[in-house]
Amino acid sequence: MPIKKLLQMDADKAAILEYAYKTESDSRGDDDLIRTARKHWLNNWELYLLITPVLAYFIIFHYIPMYGVQIAFKDFIATKGITGSPWVGMKHFDRFFQSYFFWRLIKNTLGIGVYQLAVGFPVPILLALMIHEVRGKFFKKTVQTVTYAPHFLSTVVMVGILVIFLTPDTGIVNQIIKAFGGHSIPFMTEPGWFKSLYVFSGVWQQMGWSSIIYLAALSGVDPQLHEAARVDGASRLQRIWHINIPCIVPTIVILLILNTGSVLSVGFEKAFLMQNDMNLESSDVFATYVYRSGLLGAQYSFSAAVGFFSNIVNFVLLVTVNFIARRVGGNSLW
Amino acid sequence: MGETRGDKLFAIVNNFILIVILAIVLYPLVFVLSASISNPLAVSRGELWLWPKDISFAGYQKVFQNKDILIGYGNTILYAVIGTAINVVMTILAAYPLSRKDFAGRNVIMIMMVFTMFFSGGMIPTYLIIKKLGMLNSMWALVIPNAVAVWNIIIMRTFFRENVPYEVQEAAMIDGCSKTQILLRVMLPLSLPIIAVMTLFYCVDHWNSYFSALIYLTDRGKFPLQLVLREILIQNQMDKMAGSASSLSEQIMYGQQIKYAVVIVANLPVFLLYPFLQRYFVQGMTIGAIKG
Repeated sequence: MPIKKLLQMDADKAAILEYAYKTESDSRGDDDLIRTARKHWLNNWELYLLITPVLAYFIIFHYIPMYGVQIAFKDFIATKGITGSPWVGMKHFDRFFQSYFFWRLIKNTLGIGVYQLAVGFPVPILLALMIHEVRGKFFKKTVQTVTYAPHFLSTVVMVGILVIFLTPDTGIVNQIIKAFGGHSIPFMTEPGWFKSLYVFSGVWQQMGWSSIIYLAALSGVDPQLHEAARVDGASRLQRIWHINIPCIVPTIVILLILNTGSVLSVGFEKAFLMQNDMNLESSDVFATYVYRSGLLGAQYSFSAAVGFFSNIVNFVLLVTVNFIARRVGGNSLW
Repeated sequence: MGETRGDKLFAIVNNFILIVILAIVLYPLVFVLSASISNPLAVSRGELWLWPKDISFAGYQKVFQNKDILIGYGNTILYAVIGTAINVVMTILAAYPLSRKDFAGRNVIMIMMVFTMFFSGGMIPTYLIIKKLGMLNSMWALVIPNAVAVWNIIIMRTFFRENVPYEVQEAAMIDGCSKTQILLRVMLPLSLPIIAVMTLFYCVDHWNSYFSALIYLTDRGKFPLQLVLREILIQNQMDKMAGSASSLSEQIMYGQQIKYAVVIVANLPVFLLYPFLQRYFVQGMTIGAIKG
């Protein structure tokens, strides 16, 4: 199985996006550059033809919208189109920064993002380390199969299950609370519960799936290291601490960078579904606000400005974390 | 080599924690399944803990009588099939040239694609483009704007590069194959496993997505299953379905049962296939992670 071969690849090579930035030193003679280019074209025109639809896709659905971000600095008038609308400078940004929603969105988005990072990031690592220690093959397989499964539930169904289980009075969770003499709690409408529900249901759903990457990295650890450590009398805990964890640190760092970079991009899909009028004060995040004010409220320019702001912050975060990681540990995306 | 007592203790504690995790993950799933085939009265009284009680399939009957769900199911299958076909073709078209060393400009193209993973125009400008292209309220808005995923291009390109020796391609070229023929006759037959993985990834994505449909579709007859589910599960819109019930409490009770049944029906295809396909999913994930 060729894929098996891949699994054994050096964990060091896990630098996830490294390839994209590797430049090759193609030193061609530049005296007959045109002839070389011509020859290259004759040999390879098919490749360019093949990739054209993909390039067109990226230009139309990714780069033109990036260009279209200029409506954040304009007053969008539908009849004049994006390019024809008049410039208004930072008007929409000013309005957003001074609005009541600004701090609420920052607080909620950052709050959920950091909470998720703090809880959701370490759990899959721990799970992978634990699964890796299991000796019984059948048990190991069972744990993996079961913990991966919730990943395949759709967001709608995931939130649906939350709603069913947490309904006041009839939901199973509240029935348990009442069985122990407590009072039923309206989880879904209580603002204070939103962040925890969001984060822990995410952990429940994704911990197994996220652990796959670490398990792959763990399977690449050189067994000789363990042999040597055992001869020296290291216990299993010591071997995990001094061998397994250091070996997967590069993977951890890369994923940490990626996760930190998306702290402000708390997904629209789940937050939107878990949202209701009662918990809005703690569940409103950038994406849902953009949807409400932009698509439902038709304030295109204003909400494009809000979206642009959160994108910029995200991007700056990613670049910063990547820079720090490179400086401190020598691991980075680029 | 004998294990020390500490190591044995470690193994016991480790397995115990994993069993607890197993139970936590499994319990809600089993509960939903049991509740969906139990008498709703028993469920609402809290008599059901794990195994079904007074088996009744009334919930499923109501689900399968519901037109919206059936239409949604059909739509989802249609979108998933067409969407996945587009996805897989586009992924191959991108991955093959990018995997070849003699393709000048591949680094620039790769950077251009990867950049879109980290930065985007945002919801509003994208919406305006799709509106301008006249795709609003049509199936194309669901399958074209996410015609390909960068991450999957990376996985596929890596597979092409690592698993099909360059010599094989060169040999085919000497035999007179054009670049396109090499792709069709050499690369693809040698890459069936990864194509299967890609198909699965994309298919599950289409099956589970609701976001594009929520934004771009207005016509109820075109709604995919997930949007119908949202109405039933989260917005509690099922007055028609629980119709026959006389009192309000009875309606709520039957409503709950319908919800359980709907969850099962919606996930049935994925969960029936999952045990057989799990290996491929995991392989796909691992290629992407380790070699990306």
